[in-house]
Amino acid sequence: MARAGYDGAVLVAPFTEPYSRFSNESAHWWIARALRGSLRAAGLGPREIDGFSVASFTLFPDTPVALTQHLGLSPRWLDSVPMGGASGVVALRRAARAVQAGDADIVACVAGDTNPIDGFRKLLSAFSRFALDASYPYGYGGPNASFALLMDRYMQEYGASRADFGHVAVAQRANALKNPHALMKKPLTLDDYLNARPIAEPIALFDCVMPCAGGEAFLVMREDRARALGLPFARIRATIERHNAFADDPIQLRGGWVVDVDELWQMAGMGPQDMDLVQTYDDYPVISVMQFEDLGFCAKGEGADFLRARDLTIAGDLPHNTSGGQLSSGQAGAAGGFIGLVEAIRQVTQTAGPTQVADAARALVSGFGMINFDRGVCSAACVLEGGA
Amino acid sequence: MVLDTLTKALASGSVRVVDLTHTLDPDFPVIVLPAEFGQCARFRMDEVSAYDHRGPAWKWHNISMSEHTGTHFDAPIHWVTGRDVPNGATDAIDPVAFVGPVCVIDCSAGAAADEDFTLEPTHIEEWEARHGPIPAGAWVLMRTDWSHRQGAEYLNLRKDGAHSPGPSPAAVRALLDRGIIGFGSECVGTDAGQAAHFDPPYPAHAMLHGAGKYGLQCLRNLDALPPTGAVLICPPLKIRGGTGSPLRVLALVEASA
Amino acid sequence: MTEPLAPPPKKNPQRRTRLPTLPPAMRSRAGLGLALAAGQGRFALQCCAECGAVQYPPRDACHQCLATDLQWRDQPTGGQLLAETRIHASPDPYFRERLPWRAGTVQLDAGPVVLAHVHGDVAREARVRMALRLDRAGQGVLMALPERETPHMEDDPMLREMGTHPRHRRVLITDARAPEAEPLARALLDAGAAHVFLGLAEGWRPFPACERIEAIEGVTLHPLDVTDAESLADLAGSIGGKVDILINNARHIRPGGVIGAALHDTRDALEVGALGLMRLAHAFGPAMRARGADGVNSACAWVNVLPAQALAHDPGFAGAVAAGAAMRALSLSLRAELRAGGIRVLHAHAGPIDDEWHQPLPPPKLAPAALARAIVQGLEQGLEEIHAGDVARDLAQRFAENPALLAREMEGGA
Repeated sequence: MARAGYDGAVLVAPFTEPYSRFSNESAHWWIARALRGSLRAAGLGPREIDGFSVASFTLFPDTPVALTQHLGLSPRWLDSVPMGGASGVVALRRAARAVQAGDADIVACVAGDTNPIDGFRKLLSAFSRFALDASYPYGYGGPNASFALLMDRYMQEYGASRADFGHVAVAQRANALKNPHALMKKPLTLDDYLNARPIAEPIALFDCVMPCAGGEAFLVMREDRARALGLPFARIRATIERHNAFADDPIQLRGGWVVDVDELWQMAGMGPQDMDLVQTYDDYPVISVMQFEDLGFCAKGEGADFLRARDLTIAGDLPHNTSGGQLSSGQAGAAGGFIGLVEAIRQVTQTAGPTQVADAARALVSGFGMINFDRGVCSAACVLEGGA
Repeated sequence: MVLDTLTKALASGSVRVVDLTHTLDPDFPVIVLPAEFGQCARFRMDEVSAYDHRGPAWKWHNISMSEHTGTHFDAPIHWVTGRDVPNGATDAIDPVAFVGPVCVIDCSAGAAADEDFTLEPTHIEEWEARHGPIPAGAWVLMRTDWSHRQGAEYLNLRKDGAHSPGPSPAAVRALLDRGIIGFGSECVGTDAGQAAHFDPPYPAHAMLHGAGKYGLQCLRNLDALPPTGAVLICPPLKIRGGTGSPLRVLALVEASA
Repeated sequence: MTEPLAPPPKKNPQRRTRLPTLPPAMRSRAGLGLALAAGQGRFALQCCAECGAVQYPPRDACHQCLATDLQWRDQPTGGQLLAETRIHASPDPYFRERLPWRAGTVQLDAGPVVLAHVHGDVAREARVRMALRLDRAGQGVLMALPERETPHMEDDPMLREMGTHPRHRRVLITDARAPEAEPLARALLDAGAAHVFLGLAEGWRPFPACERIEAIEGVTLHPLDVTDAESLADLAGSIGGKVDILINNARHIRPGGVIGAALHDTRDALEVGALGLMRLAHAFGPAMRARGADGVNSACAWVNVLPAQALAHDPGFAGAVAAGAAMRALSLSLRAELRAGGIRVLHAHAGPIDDEWHQPLPPPKLAPAALARAIVQGLEQGLEEIHAGDVARDLAQRFAENPALLAREMEGGA
């Protein structure tokens, strides 16, 4: 049976609580700030939402249930999305279905995490059972080491060079310099990238994101409600989600998008060439390259060649991660799974301000999450189009 | 009056107290029997507290050892020949036996020349010729200077057993004939190291204890005693049914002696 | 090529001894199976009892058929290195001190793809030989080794770090009188040990091997009696900071059952075996635990020699084996306590030794030299459980299969 579309449910009020390298505030604080910012943008109060979707790694010992009491919310629809880098697209998908079905009228999708000093190490230390048993004891390189192995294999397999990945990182830094909230504020040259100190070979400093604290939020409501509130909105033209795909691949050189990509474009009624901008999940440049391949922009193994020929900056022919992405704005825990989506909503609603891509109407947003052991398990993507 | 005189003499130094006892030390040798027999436990000391969390203001030890560890007393019931001796255990012995005159027979030259030196009746007779007869009720101590030896030299164990001086059966018989109350040695036992091969074996143990007499071993400082005239003080612990006991052995010696 | 390990320089007395840190030690219950196999020198992974699928990482249900009966079975050790990294940054204090650290992805011949430590002599994309090793935290980890032996390969810093190899280390053997003491001292020196201290109780009692032992270069005899706390305190005061490996071979074996045997024999067996172990731990444990990261000759291992029958019982040696069982229990606790310093506690389960106390027993009996070899090999391979001799191996296998049945079978003796 063909899946039904996501018509009628729209995305509004994208809000980013500016990131901070370290924070002694709690995840609750960051989620509250992001939620409040989004509600204010929509001109709504907290009691006007009846759906609440939360993504966070650092709420412990609380859950979204505790958060309803903590924040004084009484939703009739409550969701927890523990999918890291895929959490934004997954939250959107579920919220849209709830709104379509009438289970909720307005769903606030929020991601937020804090990052106290030494917080990242502690977060890692209890990340997953497979990580405890089978990856941390081997040098405790964290995701850097896991993706180093992937990148090492990718380079061997497809002949990509570090400069190819540098091309992605350098363009994102250029974008970030236009985003006043990006944590990285110094220009990055390809030489800087190539000469950076090694972190987990072949990964070097500028392949890595900087863990930080932050929050992201948006609202999902019916299109008529958005119109009534006078809010610019984005439509969901298509979205996909897949977990633990290709488990038999010895090393992850492709993600779960490959399983569902045809359906994505079919449902959207458009193709990669129709996108005005792309927001990939950029925990490492190699992962962004993989997404361009797996989402149909080019063939497997040709991602480096494809991107080398393109200008990925805001003014370029293929604007990519226009807010600077995680590589240059910082990785705020689960909010890292929202950063591209929230920016894409801003872009297609022409509210991105200094990072606005001229005439941006259509965007592809991709999510990738949860290095449970040796690979990212969750993948998701959506195609957005600005409402008129 | 006698005791008053004695205490004054002790205070003035005209009577000295000589300590004939080795320190109870975990590494002090004990007698070694063939491996299949039960062995003599060495002295052991475990700290219970030392002004610490186990006891803030006091220090004390739990100690353990054999009845025959270190400088020790042998009661008649120690040996099978003395098993039926009346009042033959340490708690039942008349304490008068623990204080008495002591005769010291100097065998140091003989023991220096021959590690298997045996005390013979002739040595006793020669001693009596010079110092008078051994009185009945006396303690007789065999001085060999063996206590100057340390470590392996002390037990002097070889493949054929220990080699150390002791009395011959005839000498033990001669001492019993004189009515002594006990016999003491500087060696680990009252018997010679090779006494298993005597007839009877272990004559000091077998004959003395069979006759209700007592033994002292692992004595030291016998070279500080006069041949006669000193008083021996050797009360063992009052162990019910005890076959012996580590003890402090003292001698009172007149300075002029 | 691995650089041969140079003897450590004398310690700089002005520098603080580096405190031991440990690699991540937390594991799931299933994950602990790796440590069990590693401790025995086996390369075993979980297999589904129903469909046979090999699982990694360790699981609680089969990833192919959802069956929950997963059994640890020995696997082929071959593998192919697919990718590698050299980690230069880690938030973990242990690895931070040891960077860079080489890790790689290996396709096992057994099926799964694993993340593993990679030996320095393994070439890029090479075939490898996999081993399960215990790391400093005492956990089982996968190690990719060169397919064939390479020169000095045991001196690879990573392997050295995980192992307990005697090379350049100073060893205390607690009982010079035991029949394996002399061959053990020689085997340790052959394996590159820097020095062997041999403890001698009751120095006033001669023993046959004494002169031969005294003549070995690199061996010294020291007064030590595990039943005498004072002698231990004295010796620890003198060499406690130099004992990198402690081999406690003191034991008191006497025949006899429960009814017929002498109480004092069993008491002596407990004094020597069980309480002796505790006294040794009091005297030498703290310094060893503090020296777990003290350079090339860091403290690394504590070996307890146990009667193999201690896994069950032995009516012919009831007291001695009971003392062995008590010793084993204490040793397991000691293992947990010394873990904090990265010190490995090994059990050397010895079958009946060919000595005076087992004289009337029929063969097979364990030659003292064979016990010595097994201990040194166990140290070289970084094991936790050594089963020396046919009887010990047989007992261990039967114990693993069915402890209650073994106890019943042992009623007739080992």
